Amino acid sequence: MVAHKVSEKNISVTIRVWRQAGPGAPGKFVDYPAKDLNPNMSFLEMLDVINDDLERKGQDPIAFAHDCREGICGTCSLVINGKPHGPNKAIASCQTYMRSFADGETIIVEPYRASPFPIVKDLITDRSAFDKIQQAGGFVSVRTGAPCDANAIPIPKEDADLAMDAAQCIGCGACVAACKNASAMLFVSAKVSQLGLLPQGQPERDSRVLNMVAKMDELGFGNCTNQYECSAACPKTISHDFIARMNRDYLKASFRQAFRAKSDAVAGGA
Amino acid sequence: MAQLNSKIPSGALADKWRKYKTEIKLVNPANKRKYKIIVVGAGLAGSSASATLAELGYQVETFVFHDSPRRAHSIAAQGGVNAAKNYQNDGDSVHRLYYDTIKGGDYRAREANVHRLAEVSVNIIDQCVAQGVPFAREYGGLLANRSFGGAQVSRTFYARGQTGQQLLLGAYSALSKMVGQGAVKLHVNSEMLDLVVVDGQAKGIIVRNLVTGEITRHAADAVILGTGGYGNVFNLSTYARGSNVTATWRAYKRGACFANPCYTQIHPTCIPVSGEYQSKLTLMSESLRNDGRIWVPKKAEDCKKAPADIAEADRDYYLERLYPSFGNLAPRDVSSRAAKRMCDEGRGVGPTGLGVYLDFADAIQRFGKQAASRANLSNPSAEKILELGEAAVKERYGNLFDIYHEITNESAYKQPMRIYPAVHYTMGGLWVDYNLMSNLPGLFVLGEANFSDHGANRLGASALMQGLADGYFVVPYTIGDYLAGIKPGSCPSADAPEFKAAEQYIRDFTNRLLNAKGTEPVNYYHKKLGKIMWDYCGMARTKEGLEKALVEIPKLRAEFWANVNVPGSGDTLNQALERAGRLADFIELGELMCRDALTREESCGGHFREEYQYPDGECKRDDEKFAHVAAWEFQGEGKTPLRNVEPLNYEFTKMSVRSYK
Repeated sequence: MVAHKVSEKNISVTIRVWRQAGPGAPGKFVDYPAKDLNPNMSFLEMLDVINDDLERKGQDPIAFAHDCREGICGTCSLVINGKPHGPNKAIASCQTYMRSFADGETIIVEPYRASPFPIVKDLITDRSAFDKIQQAGGFVSVRTGAPCDANAIPIPKEDADLAMDAAQCIGCGACVAACKNASAMLFVSAKVSQLGLLPQGQPERDSRVLNMVAKMDELGFGNCTNQYECSAACPKTISHDFIARMNRDYLKASFRQAFRAKSDAVAGGA
Repeated sequence: MAQLNSKIPSGALADKWRKYKTEIKLVNPANKRKYKIIVVGAGLAGSSASATLAELGYQVETFVFHDSPRRAHSIAAQGGVNAAKNYQNDGDSVHRLYYDTIKGGDYRAREANVHRLAEVSVNIIDQCVAQGVPFAREYGGLLANRSFGGAQVSRTFYARGQTGQQLLLGAYSALSKMVGQGAVKLHVNSEMLDLVVVDGQAKGIIVRNLVTGEITRHAADAVILGTGGYGNVFNLSTYARGSNVTATWRAYKRGACFANPCYTQIHPTCIPVSGEYQSKLTLMSESLRNDGRIWVPKKAEDCKKAPADIAEADRDYYLERLYPSFGNLAPRDVSSRAAKRMCDEGRGVGPTGLGVYLDFADAIQRFGKQAASRANLSNPSAEKILELGEAAVKERYGNLFDIYHEITNESAYKQPMRIYPAVHYTMGGLWVDYNLMSNLPGLFVLGEANFSDHGANRLGASALMQGLADGYFVVPYTIGDYLAGIKPGSCPSADAPEFKAAEQYIRDFTNRLLNAKGTEPVNYYHKKLGKIMWDYCGMARTKEGLEKALVEIPKLRAEFWANVNVPGSGDTLNQALERAGRLADFIELGELMCRDALTREESCGGHFREEYQYPDGECKRDDEKFAHVAAWEFQGEGKTPLRNVEPLNYEFTKMSVRSYK
């Protein structure tokens, strides 16, 4: 790694942004000049500057989703020059800096394009489908106050580490945006794998994968055709191995579901 | 004048909570479903409370301004969560966690609240593990711990550098389950803009849908706020851009007291500001100070030189010089103030002169030599030592060095990091009693939004602990005591006149912002406010500066309302309007913070008044005059708020000088 100088020469670029007033409205690209930018400015700060200028003129600022600006909340969701989260690997849009672009470049900024994520306005899409998938089974059913001592169930470090790799998902949806099928398999498999790797997740392991996959299908996400654009776009570099793991889980759960003996007991009693 | 009864139960400190739980009123299971509870916010406190109350059988409606509960800013906490498990057998106990926390808060928190926090800390870990939170583990499969500032034991549980994320996703999963079952009605993109008070009790909220612009009224038997802290009053902070004070501020204007607003935490190790355009400051974990050495040039004229060109003899390792026994591990407030002093002396580094070096060169040499000796290399070359040393530093701090590189484009392996203190947390918040209920009956406040447990300074890894303690283990009990006293089904209609009046107030407020049609964007005023707050109510405060701020802020407020330009309309997604409303509240809060800082004529924790210090620069508390909570009560627009006082009666612990020398 080479030490760089802090400030390089300022640059000027043109931002070609998708503007769309609302869900049903027609959209179009609009060009905005962004001049004399410090290369250490973040991409979102560049948009802030353009927006301040638009607001000063009484014009509608570019709507874009953002919050923590440190790559962990998963709110930001720009497609920059055709790539979800922009040109650099393993980061979110908010961690993209202007030094990644050349002086004079025209930069194309779009929202995610995936039908389960409809456009709300400009660069903002509705990703509530992810919440619905979580609600279908992305949990361990444990009431507050009921658990045993945390160290009562030792978990092999390797399993805990692998579960953590999956658990890092920030729910940004870049995997869906990057996939030609708009598949949510990477997102769903991350949660299925995290909980499936841990002893706490075993009682609901089958129902979890079956319910989450069913909800994913119902919401219109496509299937995986093994091209792994998802993990290439993932800001947390979540591995597509988890998709394979989920497929195995799904198959096993489907068989068990079909052939398992079931109790006839019903609730109630004295 | 507000009635501030802390309702601290009698009895021995360690028995209070246990005994209290057996004495407070219960709501029977068949009646629970007749009560509706509104929860605002879905961070650690809001999500955990929503899930738990729904499990108990209450009707819960949860409102969050984010597009998903998982986006709440609890997600960004890095370090860890404290719990008195004593898994390391290093002598930890509930009492020690209590003592460290109350001392860390510079004896400005309530004993009983802090002790309860320490007690339930152990339940939090059990709960989170049961949810599938992948905490770090040892090879034997048991949970790992590390140590954190202000403690002499290893009691911090962590999930890599993403503990907040994992705990929030655990609470979010519990909430999601209840939403899926229909037990919680979740409203996303929904910002609370007002609290509705009926007959002196909090009975509902007014909400704006951020996507459609629709303004709606919601009634309930009780309202819970878990809406976080207000550090963005400084504009630049480690908070998310959307974090705001609006929910708690509007509750304040409806009669809830705001306690100790001037208590803010400035974290010493953040990446410095690089330009006017900056929107956000990023934290570099405090753990770096275990191995990094902090310095500035001895001579101001060396500041613009490359650090490598400054001779060892010309460097001032000022923390090691000023605090020989703690050195680079001096507490957060002390380290932050020292960095500011160096920069004020003209010895700050970097393009803006507001930065100090955090240097790993010595650590790289030390680790390199150790590694070489472990590998039995005799006479290793300087290059080999460097290579081994950098590898060892990478193993410990690689992810932080990567973040630093991403933001600054500099390699901290090759040249020292530049760091500077930044606003990180606010200890003040709405006043609550032992039940976490505000002086407005029916209004409960959890997590960072309340003032209760951290006193004047919060220790590392305690914020996550408090948010989850309040939501999982405190409010589910204490809210029952309130609800048991009101008749099931007595919840007012959302068509009651109080609701309609509050809605109209919000519509008018919104229209005023939209109709100003001035010449400057919202951010212009936010930057101005941030500068006033940072200069006069930041790391070091003076009577003169605060008085100046109290003149400048009202001027800024008038200018903002007269000259802001908020384009567009209120009946659509309008991010400029969202920011404008939040900033209007921040400006008013800023004034209250300065007023609070001015009237607290002592230094304690994060509140440092230059007039009140020992000759060595340490905080000089005044326990005789200021061993109390200042709870500010709104008196109407344009009127000076009333400063109510809740004395802090220390029955069990001696208030002593908090020295880390």
